[in-house]
Amino acid sequence: MESFLVFLSAVFAAPFFSGVILKVKAFFGGKKGPSVFIPYYTLIKLFQKASVYSKSTTYIFKLSPMISLTIGLLTLLFFPFAGRASVLSFNGDIIAIVYFMALGRFFTILAALDTASPFEGMGAAREAYFSIIAEATLFMILLLFYLMNRELNLSSYLMQEKSIFLWKTAGSSLLFIIVSLFMLLLAENSRVPVDDPSTHLELTMIHEVMILDHSGPDLALIELGASLKLLFYASFIARLIFPFDCGYTLFNVFFFFMAVGVVYVAIGITESMTARFKMTSVPIFIMMSFALAFFATVFNWELIK
Amino acid sequence: MKHAFLKIKNGERVHRESIPHLPFDVFCDQLISFVFHKGHIVQFFAYMDPHCKWLVVLRNSELYVAGCDVPEKYLSFTLQYEKFHMFEREMAEQYAIKPMGHPWLKSVRYHHNYPGKPDCFGNDYFDDIPGCYPFYSIQGEDIHEVGVGPVHAGIIEPGHFRFNCIGEKVLHLEIQLGYQHRGVEQLMVKAPLKRLPIIIEGIAGDTAIANSICFSQAVEALSSISIDQDAQIARTIVLELERLSNHIGDLGALSHDVAFLMPAAYYGRIRGDFLNMLLLLSGNRFGKGWVRPGGVNDSITDDQRQQLIKSINLLRPQIEHVGDLLFNNSGVLARFESTGCVSAETSEKIGLVGVAGRASGSPYDVRHAFPSGFYTNLNNEPKIETTGDVLARAKVRYREIKRSLHIIETLLQHPNHSDMRRKAIPFHPSAFVVTLNEAWRGELSHCIITDKNGNILRYKVKDPSFHNWTGLALALRGQEISDFPLCNKSFNLSYCGFDL
Repeated sequence: MESFLVFLSAVFAAPFFSGVILKVKAFFGGKKGPSVFIPYYTLIKLFQKASVYSKSTTYIFKLSPMISLTIGLLTLLFFPFAGRASVLSFNGDIIAIVYFMALGRFFTILAALDTASPFEGMGAAREAYFSIIAEATLFMILLLFYLMNRELNLSSYLMQEKSIFLWKTAGSSLLFIIVSLFMLLLAENSRVPVDDPSTHLELTMIHEVMILDHSGPDLALIELGASLKLLFYASFIARLIFPFDCGYTLFNVFFFFMAVGVVYVAIGITESMTARFKMTSVPIFIMMSFALAFFATVFNWELIK
Repeated sequence: MKHAFLKIKNGERVHRESIPHLPFDVFCDQLISFVFHKGHIVQFFAYMDPHCKWLVVLRNSELYVAGCDVPEKYLSFTLQYEKFHMFEREMAEQYAIKPMGHPWLKSVRYHHNYPGKPDCFGNDYFDDIPGCYPFYSIQGEDIHEVGVGPVHAGIIEPGHFRFNCIGEKVLHLEIQLGYQHRGVEQLMVKAPLKRLPIIIEGIAGDTAIANSICFSQAVEALSSISIDQDAQIARTIVLELERLSNHIGDLGALSHDVAFLMPAAYYGRIRGDFLNMLLLLSGNRFGKGWVRPGGVNDSITDDQRQQLIKSINLLRPQIEHVGDLLFNNSGVLARFESTGCVSAETSEKIGLVGVAGRASGSPYDVRHAFPSGFYTNLNNEPKIETTGDVLARAKVRYREIKRSLHIIETLLQHPNHSDMRRKAIPFHPSAFVVTLNEAWRGELSHCIITDKNGNILRYKVKDPSFHNWTGLALALRGQEISDFPLCNKSFNLSYCGFDL
């Protein structure tokens, strides 16, 4: 019950955190910026509209937004928020999570191809290409965690004292992992410097270009799904940078969300301070996150044994 | 090099009798030989008087003009020099003059020709737009075609871009414009004299002042009005203000396209500050309604002068700080460097002008080469970069911003009390005048021919974009398609100025 409540609060807070990024960017741009609740207003606005469908699209196009949202929710169900037990958990769930995400991406790509628009095909090709490399990084990180814990279970890495255990076993490597995860977060959630969600230049975008044809409630589902995905990655990092357990659930939840907030502020600062990469440099950037994770694992090989 | 062309000055009225009217063979030979000796075309157009005639304005270090009767058919000049490419297409569209063997004869703006002759392209203009024109296409298993526009995702003007790509790499880009064709040149002949300045300012909102200055200078030359020095200074000030607001806006937009937040936000705001200075002077953020034949509509009061000086003193350090931020960020440099290169050779071949030309090493600036008005008293050494990439175009802009600030500051030191000559004086009959000004995009040129009664027979406008769109298309060859918005922004050409 407790876990479920924390899960719900996380789902409802996800758009708020996306608003935090906008606020940080506005601060660096010397602007007042929109309210932090603007993502909620956007969602409400979109839900009040009707969706427009192109004649060339099929049911796949309508299905994909629902799948993105479902996948977003599903992956969060496995996450041990604030170190509480997760709603769902089984041995090997971490592999399921990775492939749930891949399934979501698969349907987004299919829907993009379904529109038969040349840009969306281009975006789909980019997304497919970059996510292959990103998956390698994710598995490298999981390999390290598995070697430390001998368990294939997300909760077993991040619940209660478990994440402190990670720090004690391989603290220095964990710093690598945090940086690597943060790079992965930027890449997987189409943030600057990998992708730019704010410009509407169809030729340069990766993720945004694939959802150009979605409108109204469909778009709302996709945006909500995207903020849930971002929350998943941010929470992962937050549990690693704030592994402590204060004893009281309420405190834990509070500090956990503070840590999540810190991750989002870090995203906002990164977006404000860096320019976007050339498209050809994006794979190099993601490979770098893989390299970090790889060396973190290699360094710990002996320690773990 | 010997030729029979008449040497003229920028903004000088010439009687049409004195313009050499050459036989076609001589005209042809001399035109080709002029271009061969590093000559460039400023204007090349046809007009009816009463049958179809050509008029060409050329430049090397001087301006020249010559005319010729249009032959029944002729071999395309483009086959020898690429510079003629757009001019020949335009003439084929406007007067149905068909150049034989033109490599890519296709309508420029999609409209009926003026004399009502059979169409060169076989288009039926009563059909729904878009018309039936071919696009250059490359065949192959791995080739994919991407068409962008004319309706875009952002708020920009309409234009169609057709990319032939292999993977992410662009093999060829074709740009099709004309979606905003309003028939300005035709309108300028028909409309009553009072409306002309307003039509001129409507050609391109962001170049309203430069167009207005070109028009006013041409009208002044045709009616022998000379304006006082203070009015010339005032025109220089607003032209530089227009340049500043646009260059600063461009640098901000370039930064925005590489998702570098801070310069985008600050330059966006500073651009607004400069537009507000124009508002202060003219009552319009684009400076419309201020420059008129005979001078400027209001002299600059001392109060306005002080306010302008104050704003510029406030903004100058901000512009420099943000400029340092932009040009010292490694991420930005990584995006700008070697992106969208136009080599000096290509630039010379297609005759790039303005910022894009100077970024590719061509030292042409109308303010320096053919100064008009108060520019004759200023030091206008062109700001040149040699790499021809996005960075070079950004740097040329940044250096010009600094110079423009200096010019304005200098000119604002003295009180400015100009008198407007409001009286309309009829135009000289059978006269010709061409005016050139360095608009913020580059060489802007207006040309007026009057008939025996002093009415306008032909009004020709040539926006710098007319030369430079080809430059953008070539800059994209071999580039990543994802770099297109950045390259496009670094040229920032006019759609409506081209479409007329």
